[in-house]
Amino acid sequence: MNELLLGLADDELVIGWRDSEWTGIAPLLEEDVAFSSIAQNEIGHARAVYERLTDDADALAFDRSLDEYRCAPLVELRLLDWGRTIARRWLYEVADEIRITALMEDPDVGGLAAKINREEAYHRMHAEMWRERLRDEPRFRDAVTELWPYALGVVLPAQREALAARVALDEVEAVERGSHTDDFAPLWDEMTMVRRSAPVGSQW
Amino acid sequence: MVTADQVWAALEEIPDPEIPVVSLVDLGVIRSVDVSEGHVHVEFTPTFLGCPALEFMKRAIEDKVPGANVEVIQDDSWSTDKITAVGREKLRAAGFAPPAPRLVQIQAQVHRCPYCGSTDTKLENIFGPTPCRSLRYCESCRQPFEQFKTI
Repeated sequence: MNELLLGLADDELVIGWRDSEWTGIAPLLEEDVAFSSIAQNEIGHARAVYERLTDDADALAFDRSLDEYRCAPLVELRLLDWGRTIARRWLYEVADEIRITALMEDPDVGGLAAKINREEAYHRMHAEMWRERLRDEPRFRDAVTELWPYALGVVLPAQREALAARVALDEVEAVERGSHTDDFAPLWDEMTMVRRSAPVGSQW
Repeated sequence: MVTADQVWAALEEIPDPEIPVVSLVDLGVIRSVDVSEGHVHVEFTPTFLGCPALEFMKRAIEDKVPGANVEVIQDDSWSTDKITAVGREKLRAAGFAPPAPRLVQIQAQVHRCPYCGSTDTKLENIFGPTPCRSLRYCESCRQPFEQFKTI
Protein backbone atom coordinates (compact mmCIF):
# COMPACT_ATOMS: atom_id res chain seq x y z
CA MET A 1 0.00 0.00 0.00
CA ASN A 2 2.79 2.43 0.91
CA GLU A 3 4.49 1.70 -2.40
CA LEU A 4 1.24 2.53 -4.22
CA LEU A 5 0.80 5.78 -2.28
CA LEU A 6 4.42 6.78 -2.82
CA GLY A 7 3.99 6.24 -6.58
CA LEU A 8 0.82 8.33 -6.54
CA ALA A 9 2.43 11.17 -4.58
CA ASP A 10 5.54 11.15 -6.78
CA ASP A 11 3.35 11.26 -9.90
CA GLU A 12 1.45 14.25 -8.55
CA LEU A 13 4.62 16.09 -7.50
CA VAL A 14 6.38 15.54 -10.82
CA ILE A 15 3.43 16.29 -13.10
CA GLY A 16 2.80 19.38 -10.97
CA TRP A 17 6.38 20.40 -11.59
CA ARG A 18 6.13 19.76 -15.33
CA ASP A 19 2.80 21.58 -15.62
CA SER A 20 4.20 24.56 -13.76
CA GLU A 21 6.82 24.91 -16.50
CA TRP A 22 4.04 26.43 -18.64
CA THR A 23 3.51 29.28 -16.19
CA GLY A 24 4.20 32.47 -18.10
CA ILE A 25 4.73 30.85 -21.50
CA ALA A 26 1.48 29.00 -22.26
CA PRO A 27 -0.04 29.84 -25.67
CA LEU A 28 -3.03 31.60 -24.04
CA LEU A 29 -3.22 33.72 -20.91
CA GLU A 30 -6.11 31.52 -19.69
CA GLU A 31 -3.80 28.52 -19.91
CA ASP A 32 -1.09 30.27 -17.88
CA VAL A 33 -3.69 30.53 -15.15
CA ALA A 34 -5.09 27.03 -15.67
CA PHE A 35 -1.74 25.24 -15.72
CA SER A 36 -0.52 27.18 -12.69
CA SER A 37 -3.66 26.27 -10.74
CA ILE A 38 -3.56 22.63 -11.79
CA ALA A 39 0.12 22.40 -10.85
CA GLN A 40 -0.61 23.94 -7.45
CA ASN A 41 -3.40 21.42 -6.83
CA GLU A 42 -1.28 18.45 -7.91
CA ILE A 43 1.59 19.45 -5.63
CA GLY A 44 -0.94 19.94 -2.81
CA HIS A 45 -2.16 16.38 -3.39
CA ALA A 46 1.44 15.13 -3.34
CA ARG A 47 2.05 16.85 -0.01
CA ALA A 48 -1.13 15.43 1.56
CA VAL A 49 -0.22 11.90 0.47
CA TYR A 50 3.44 12.26 1.58
CA GLU A 51 2.10 13.35 4.98
CA ARG A 52 0.33 9.99 5.28
CA LEU A 53 3.70 8.30 4.84
CA THR A 54 6.00 10.53 6.92
CA ASP A 55 6.12 13.42 9.38
CA ASP A 56 8.36 15.45 7.06
CA ALA A 57 6.79 15.76 3.61
CA ASP A 58 9.52 18.08 2.30
CA ALA A 59 12.22 15.57 3.21
CA LEU A 60 10.38 12.75 1.48
CA ALA A 61 9.67 14.92 -1.56
CA PHE A 62 13.16 16.31 -2.05
CA ASP A 63 15.82 14.41 -0.07
CA ARG A 64 15.71 11.10 -1.94
CA SER A 65 18.21 9.95 -4.51
CA LEU A 66 17.03 9.80 -8.09
CA ASP A 67 16.57 6.01 -8.02
CA GLU A 68 14.24 6.16 -5.02
CA TYR A 69 11.48 8.06 -6.84
CA ARG A 70 8.54 5.89 -7.84
CA CYS A 71 6.90 8.15 -10.41
CA ALA A 72 5.59 6.81 -13.70
CA PRO A 73 7.73 7.69 -16.73
CA LEU A 74 4.72 9.52 -18.27
CA VAL A 75 5.01 12.41 -15.83
CA GLU A 76 8.79 12.75 -16.20
CA LEU A 77 8.81 13.56 -19.91
CA ARG A 78 9.80 17.06 -20.86
CA LEU A 79 7.20 17.97 -23.46
CA LEU A 80 7.93 21.18 -25.26
CA ASP A 81 4.92 20.96 -27.56
CA TRP A 82 1.44 22.09 -26.52
CA GLY A 83 -0.31 19.21 -28.31
CA ARG A 84 1.85 16.65 -26.52
CA THR A 85 1.34 18.45 -23.23
CA ILE A 86 -2.44 18.31 -23.65
CA ALA A 87 -2.23 14.65 -24.72
CA ARG A 88 -0.37 13.88 -21.48
CA ARG A 89 -2.77 15.90 -19.34
CA TRP A 90 -5.74 14.08 -20.84
CA LEU A 91 -4.23 10.59 -20.59
CA TYR A 92 -2.95 11.28 -17.08
CA GLU A 93 -6.28 12.56 -15.80
CA VAL A 94 -8.18 9.57 -17.18
CA ALA A 95 -5.66 7.14 -15.63
CA ASP A 96 -5.59 9.10 -12.37
CA GLU A 97 -9.39 9.00 -12.07
CA ILE A 98 -9.32 5.20 -12.27
CA ARG A 99 -6.77 4.81 -9.48
CA ILE A 100 -8.19 7.58 -7.25
CA THR A 101 -11.73 6.23 -7.38
CA ALA A 102 -10.33 2.78 -6.52
CA LEU A 103 -8.53 4.28 -3.50
CA MET A 104 -11.77 5.89 -2.31
CA GLU A 105 -12.82 2.41 -1.15
CA ASP A 106 -9.79 2.12 1.14
CA PRO A 107 -10.59 2.45 4.87
CA ASP A 108 -7.39 4.40 5.64
CA VAL A 109 -6.98 6.80 2.73
CA GLY A 110 -10.52 6.74 1.28
CA GLY A 111 -11.43 10.14 2.75
CA LEU A 112 -8.29 11.79 1.40
CA ALA A 113 -8.78 10.13 -2.00
CA ALA A 114 -12.36 11.47 -2.09
CA LYS A 115 -11.11 14.98 -1.36
CA ILE A 116 -8.49 14.71 -4.10
CA ASN A 117 -11.16 13.39 -6.45
CA ARG A 118 -13.34 16.47 -5.95
CA GLU A 119 -10.50 18.74 -7.01
CA GLU A 120 -9.48 16.51 -9.89
CA ALA A 121 -12.98 16.84 -11.35
CA TYR A 122 -11.97 20.32 -12.56
CA HIS A 123 -8.71 19.04 -14.05
CA ARG A 124 -10.74 16.47 -15.98
CA MET A 125 -13.13 19.13 -17.30
CA HIS A 126 -10.14 21.14 -18.49
CA ALA A 127 -8.45 18.12 -20.08
CA GLU A 128 -11.65 16.95 -21.80
CA MET A 129 -12.32 20.44 -23.15
CA TRP A 130 -8.87 20.54 -24.78
CA ARG A 131 -9.12 16.98 -25.99
CA GLU A 132 -12.41 17.87 -27.68
CA ARG A 133 -10.77 20.85 -29.34
CA LEU A 134 -7.67 18.98 -30.59
CA ARG A 135 -8.99 15.46 -31.17
CA ASP A 136 -8.81 15.64 -34.98
CA GLU A 137 -5.46 17.42 -35.15
CA PRO A 138 -2.74 15.06 -36.48
CA ARG A 139 -0.12 16.36 -34.04
CA PHE A 140 -2.40 15.67 -31.10
CA ARG A 141 -3.33 12.21 -32.36
CA ASP A 142 0.32 11.32 -32.89
CA ALA A 143 1.09 12.50 -29.37
CA VAL A 144 -1.67 10.32 -27.90
CA THR A 145 -0.27 7.31 -29.77
CA GLU A 146 3.26 8.12 -28.59
CA LEU A 147 2.26 8.58 -24.93
CA TRP A 148 -0.29 5.77 -24.66
CA PRO A 149 2.20 3.06 -23.49
CA TYR A 150 3.40 5.52 -20.83
CA ALA A 151 -0.17 6.24 -19.68
CA LEU A 152 -0.78 2.53 -19.11
CA GLY A 153 2.17 2.55 -16.69
CA VAL A 154 0.37 5.00 -14.39
CA VAL A 155 -2.21 2.43 -13.25
CA LEU A 156 -1.96 -1.11 -11.89
CA PRO A 157 -2.06 -3.96 -14.45
CA ALA A 158 -5.56 -4.90 -13.27
CA GLN A 159 -6.81 -1.39 -14.07
CA ARG A 160 -5.44 -1.22 -17.62
CA GLU A 161 -8.38 -2.82 -19.37
CA ALA A 162 -10.65 -0.13 -17.90
CA LEU A 163 -8.23 2.59 -18.97
CA ALA A 164 -8.05 1.26 -22.54
CA ALA A 165 -11.84 1.13 -22.74
CA ARG A 166 -12.16 4.64 -21.38
CA VAL A 167 -9.84 6.19 -24.00
CA ALA A 168 -10.89 3.79 -26.79
CA LEU A 169 -7.37 2.53 -27.53
CA ASP A 170 -6.02 -1.01 -27.70
CA GLU A 171 -3.92 -2.17 -24.79
CA VAL A 172 -0.20 -2.29 -25.64
CA GLU A 173 2.90 -3.04 -23.60
CA ALA A 174 3.12 -0.49 -20.79
CA VAL A 175 6.13 1.65 -19.92
CA GLU A 176 6.32 0.63 -16.27
CA ARG A 177 7.35 2.67 -13.26
CA GLY A 178 10.60 1.55 -11.65
CA SER A 179 13.08 2.89 -14.15
CA HIS A 180 13.42 6.51 -15.18
CA THR A 181 13.50 8.29 -18.50
CA ASP A 182 16.50 10.40 -19.52
CA ASP A 183 14.40 13.50 -18.84
CA PHE A 184 14.20 12.78 -15.12
CA ALA A 185 17.80 13.41 -14.03
CA PRO A 186 17.83 17.11 -15.03
CA LEU A 187 14.40 17.54 -13.42
CA TRP A 188 15.54 15.83 -10.20
CA ASP A 189 18.58 18.11 -10.16
CA GLU A 190 16.37 21.19 -10.45
CA MET A 191 13.72 20.02 -7.97
CA THR A 192 16.19 19.13 -5.22
CA MET A 193 18.73 21.89 -5.83
CA VAL A 194 17.53 24.29 -3.13
CA ARG A 195 17.30 21.61 -0.44
CA ARG A 196 20.74 20.26 -1.35
CA SER A 197 22.39 23.67 -1.32
CA ALA A 198 20.72 25.05 1.84
CA PRO A 199 22.83 24.95 5.00
CA VAL A 200 21.72 22.40 7.59
CA GLY A 201 19.18 23.92 9.96
CA SER A 202 17.82 26.48 7.48
CA GLN A 203 14.30 27.67 8.25
CA TRP A 204 11.70 28.35 5.55
CA MET B 1 -11.78 28.98 32.05
CA VAL B 2 -12.41 29.31 28.33
CA THR B 3 -15.63 27.87 26.92
CA ALA B 4 -16.33 26.39 23.49
CA ASP B 5 -18.64 29.34 22.72
CA GLN B 6 -15.81 31.76 23.42
CA VAL B 7 -13.52 29.82 21.11
CA TRP B 8 -16.15 29.86 18.34
CA ALA B 9 -16.58 33.62 18.83
CA ALA B 10 -12.81 34.13 18.58
CA LEU B 11 -12.63 32.01 15.41
CA GLU B 12 -15.39 34.13 13.86
CA GLU B 13 -12.99 37.06 14.03
CA ILE B 14 -10.34 35.36 11.87
CA PRO B 15 -10.71 36.51 8.26
CA ASP B 16 -10.00 34.21 5.34
CA PRO B 17 -6.54 35.35 4.20
CA GLU B 18 -7.54 35.50 0.53
CA ILE B 19 -11.12 36.77 0.86
CA PRO B 20 -11.17 38.70 4.14
CA VAL B 21 -14.91 39.50 3.95
CA VAL B 22 -15.60 35.97 5.24
CA SER B 23 -14.33 34.39 8.44
CA LEU B 24 -13.06 30.85 8.92
CA VAL B 25 -16.40 30.06 10.61
CA ASP B 26 -18.34 31.46 7.61
CA LEU B 27 -16.25 29.22 5.34
CA GLY B 28 -17.20 26.18 7.39
CA VAL B 29 -13.60 25.01 7.71
CA ILE B 30 -13.81 24.68 11.51
CA ARG B 31 -15.21 21.18 11.90
CA SER B 32 -15.31 21.07 15.68
CA VAL B 33 -14.20 22.80 18.86
CA ASP B 34 -13.68 20.70 21.95
CA VAL B 35 -12.82 22.15 25.35
CA SER B 36 -12.07 19.82 28.21
CA GLU B 37 -10.17 20.59 31.42
CA GLY B 38 -8.88 23.80 29.96
CA HIS B 39 -7.47 22.18 26.82
CA VAL B 40 -8.80 23.43 23.49
CA HIS B 41 -8.84 21.13 20.49
CA VAL B 42 -9.87 22.55 17.12
CA GLU B 43 -10.47 20.37 14.06
CA PHE B 44 -9.76 22.29 10.88
CA THR B 45 -10.47 21.09 7.34
CA PRO B 46 -8.61 22.63 4.40
CA THR B 47 -10.55 23.88 1.39
CA PHE B 48 -8.17 22.84 -1.39
CA LEU B 49 -5.20 20.63 -0.48
CA GLY B 50 -2.79 22.87 -2.35
CA CYS B 51 -4.13 26.08 -0.82
CA PRO B 52 -1.13 28.20 0.22
CA ALA B 53 -3.30 29.86 2.89
CA LEU B 54 -3.56 26.56 4.79
CA GLU B 55 -0.53 27.08 7.06
CA PHE B 56 -1.46 30.73 7.47
CA MET B 57 -4.96 29.83 8.68
CA LYS B 58 -3.61 27.21 11.07
CA ARG B 59 -1.22 29.75 12.60
CA ALA B 60 -3.99 32.37 12.79
CA ILE B 61 -6.09 29.94 14.86
CA GLU B 62 -3.14 29.20 17.16
CA ASP B 63 -2.51 32.94 17.63
CA LYS B 64 -6.18 33.72 18.29
CA VAL B 65 -6.72 30.84 20.69
CA PRO B 66 -3.45 30.53 22.63
CA GLY B 67 -2.64 26.98 23.63
CA ALA B 68 -5.16 25.47 21.21
CA ASN B 69 -4.22 22.22 19.56
CA VAL B 70 -5.16 22.59 15.87
CA GLU B 71 -5.65 19.34 14.04
CA VAL B 72 -5.79 19.49 10.23
CA ILE B 73 -8.27 16.88 8.99
CA GLN B 74 -7.47 15.82 5.43
CA ASP B 75 -10.56 13.98 4.30
CA ASP B 76 -13.61 14.89 2.26
CA SER B 77 -15.67 16.20 5.18
CA TRP B 78 -15.42 19.78 3.89
CA SER B 79 -17.22 20.78 0.74
CA THR B 80 -18.43 24.15 -0.46
CA ASP B 81 -21.84 23.12 0.95
CA LYS B 82 -20.29 23.84 4.40
CA ILE B 83 -20.07 27.57 3.67
CA THR B 84 -22.74 29.12 5.90
CA ALA B 85 -25.73 31.11 4.62
CA VAL B 86 -24.14 34.23 6.16
CA GLY B 87 -20.87 33.42 4.44
CA ARG B 88 -22.57 32.94 1.06
CA GLU B 89 -24.30 36.32 1.33
CA LYS B 90 -21.04 38.04 2.33
CA LEU B 91 -19.34 36.52 -0.71
CA ARG B 92 -22.11 37.60 -3.06
CA ALA B 93 -22.12 41.15 -1.68
CA ALA B 94 -18.35 41.33 -2.30
CA GLY B 95 -18.75 40.31 -5.96
CA PHE B 96 -17.91 36.61 -5.65
CA ALA B 97 -20.64 34.30 -6.91
CA PRO B 98 -21.12 31.76 -4.11
CA PRO B 99 -20.79 28.09 -5.09
CA ALA B 100 -23.89 26.26 -6.20
CA PRO B 101 -24.95 23.45 -3.84
CA ARG B 102 -23.34 20.17 -4.91
CA LEU B 103 -26.62 18.50 -5.83
CA VAL B 104 -27.83 21.48 -7.88
CA GLN B 105 -24.45 21.77 -9.60
CA ILE B 106 -24.69 18.21 -10.82
CA GLN B 107 -28.30 18.53 -11.97
CA ALA B 108 -28.34 21.98 -13.55
CA GLN B 109 -25.44 24.16 -14.56
CA VAL B 110 -26.89 27.53 -13.49
CA HIS B 111 -24.49 30.30 -12.55
CA ARG B 112 -25.90 33.61 -11.40
CA CYS B 113 -24.10 36.95 -11.77
CA PRO B 114 -23.38 38.37 -8.28
CA TYR B 115 -23.91 41.94 -9.57
CA CYS B 116 -27.19 41.86 -11.54
CA GLY B 117 -28.54 38.39 -10.72
CA SER B 118 -28.79 37.29 -14.37
CA THR B 119 -28.18 33.63 -15.17
CA ASP B 120 -27.06 34.56 -18.70
CA THR B 121 -23.39 34.00 -17.90
CA LYS B 122 -20.63 32.06 -19.62
CA LEU B 123 -17.50 30.29 -18.47
CA GLU B 124 -14.30 32.15 -19.36
CA ASN B 125 -11.84 29.92 -17.52
CA ILE B 126 -12.33 26.93 -15.21
CA PHE B 127 -9.36 28.29 -13.25
CA GLY B 128 -8.93 31.69 -11.65
CA PRO B 129 -6.74 33.67 -9.28
CA THR B 130 -6.89 30.90 -6.65
CA PRO B 131 -7.69 27.19 -7.01
CA CYS B 132 -11.17 27.68 -5.51
CA ARG B 133 -12.42 30.12 -8.16
CA SER B 134 -13.42 30.11 -11.84
CA LEU B 135 -13.82 33.11 -14.10
CA ARG B 136 -17.20 33.86 -15.70
CA TYR B 137 -18.65 36.69 -17.77
CA CYS B 138 -22.17 38.11 -17.42
CA GLU B 139 -23.77 38.68 -20.83
CA SER B 140 -26.49 40.79 -19.22
CA CYS B 141 -24.49 43.46 -17.35
CA ARG B 142 -21.24 42.75 -19.26
CA GLN B 143 -19.26 42.27 -16.09
CA PRO B 144 -16.65 39.58 -15.55
CA PHE B 145 -16.89 37.93 -12.14
CA GLU B 146 -15.31 35.25 -10.01
CA GLN B 147 -17.35 32.11 -9.39
CA PHE B 148 -16.60 29.89 -6.43
CA LYS B 149 -16.13 26.34 -7.62
CA THR B 150 -18.45 23.75 -6.16
CA ILE B 151 -16.39 20.98 -4.64
